[in-house]
Amino acid sequence: MTKQHANWSPYDNNGGSCVAIAGADYCVIAADTRMSTGYNILTRDYSKISQLADKSVMASSGFQADVKALQKVLSARHLIYQHQHNKQMSCPAMAQLLSNTLYYKRFFPYYAFNVLGGLDSEGKGCVFTYDAVGSYERVGYSSQGSGSTLIMPFLDNQLKSPSPLLLPAKDAVTPLSEAEAVDLVKTVFASATERDIYTGDKVEIVILNASGIRREYMDLRKD
Amino acid sequence: MDGVAESQRTLYPYVTGSSVVAIKYKDGILMAADMGGSYGSTLRYKSVERIKPVGKHSLLGASGEISDFQEILRYLDELILYDNMWDDGNSLGPKEVHNYLTRVMYNRRNKFNPLWNALVLGGVKNGQKYLGMVNMIGINFEDNHVATGLGNHLARPILRDEWHENLTFEEGVKLLEKCMRVLLYRDRSAVNKIQISKITDEGVTVFPPFSLKTYWEFSAFKNPTVGAEGSW
Repeated sequence: MTKQHANWSPYDNNGGSCVAIAGADYCVIAADTRMSTGYNILTRDYSKISQLADKSVMASSGFQADVKALQKVLSARHLIYQHQHNKQMSCPAMAQLLSNTLYYKRFFPYYAFNVLGGLDSEGKGCVFTYDAVGSYERVGYSSQGSGSTLIMPFLDNQLKSPSPLLLPAKDAVTPLSEAEAVDLVKTVFASATERDIYTGDKVEIVILNASGIRREYMDLRKD
Repeated sequence: MDGVAESQRTLYPYVTGSSVVAIKYKDGILMAADMGGSYGSTLRYKSVERIKPVGKHSLLGASGEISDFQEILRYLDELILYDNMWDDGNSLGPKEVHNYLTRVMYNRRNKFNPLWNALVLGGVKNGQKYLGMVNMIGINFEDNHVATGLGNHLARPILRDEWHENLTFEEGVKLLEKCMRVLLYRDRSAVNKIQISKITDEGVTVFPPFSLKTYWEFSAFKNPTVGAEGSW
């Protein structure tokens, strides 16, 4: 008798796009709030952004149940870290933890596409971008999710990142001001909403800087 | 041979319930589901209660495999029992129950042995209304109105158009009846025996089952192919 194959999939794609941009002394992390399945919209008001630590904010799109589980695991690990070290995790440390957590499930992955944004130990903005199994890189800006193919080239055009092959290494962090970066994010989501069916409804923008954390919302097209 | 191990895992559902639809209204949550349990294409059971109260503050509605729903009720029984045994004046609210259910569903999915259900969890605690959904692979969210299965396709659009904050009880029931009527006309596995439940800060009320009035004399129903190209 041939092996029975499952007629259900443990994965689903709930869509959505995420973006993060690092500045000299701030970091902007944004994601839309639409949750879909197939051609249906499940809800228009779902946050894909999670604050993991004082200076680390993660935006994740993909399979929502895996994203939720991942956020919970990282939150729990951060709490343990705080108990053991009596301090908050730095953003680069959280970045490594996220990578390790993802690779831990290399053979039954978290279907989550993440961008981690925050301030490093010097107060400069940092953005880390991931694939589903934990491969990561520190960059000046990134996007993930269903709209990333539309958003990334536009960000490349606007933020003119120096090549990582240059020597001496040049900073990828954008010279834009905080207000300009937020404006760019709004533009980027409005454009992605036009052509990506899974992006829309609202964009949630989180801004991290020396004075703390701030949240902004902008309505997007609902079709 | 892997024969024994395979027969322990859920492969497909056997006795299933169709959609559940629920909305927030002024005083709490209103939830509706029909009372059918289908065995494939046979309408095998016609008095299945697919909405049950959970603890003092929540209502659980389920579509999908009925036996898995009954299993979930057993899990929740134990959860509520332990909660009561603390006897500390605290009780699990709908948010907590929803979180518990989400973890249970997700963990079963991780073991490739899912509980084949889409669950709607609604409730009120201390004046705070809560309405959420979780399905067999662990996808969960909360919103002002939710539906499972075909209800997502047929009922949600109606709710998006006509739901608003502070619906009265009568308006809420009328809205749910409208959704259930559409499902009755268009969902093959729907049955005309509806149960509506409400939950408010005062408690749960499960209303007796009733039938919706249907109209089958529409000319489009009588002559469905009139005007269709290539039909007779």
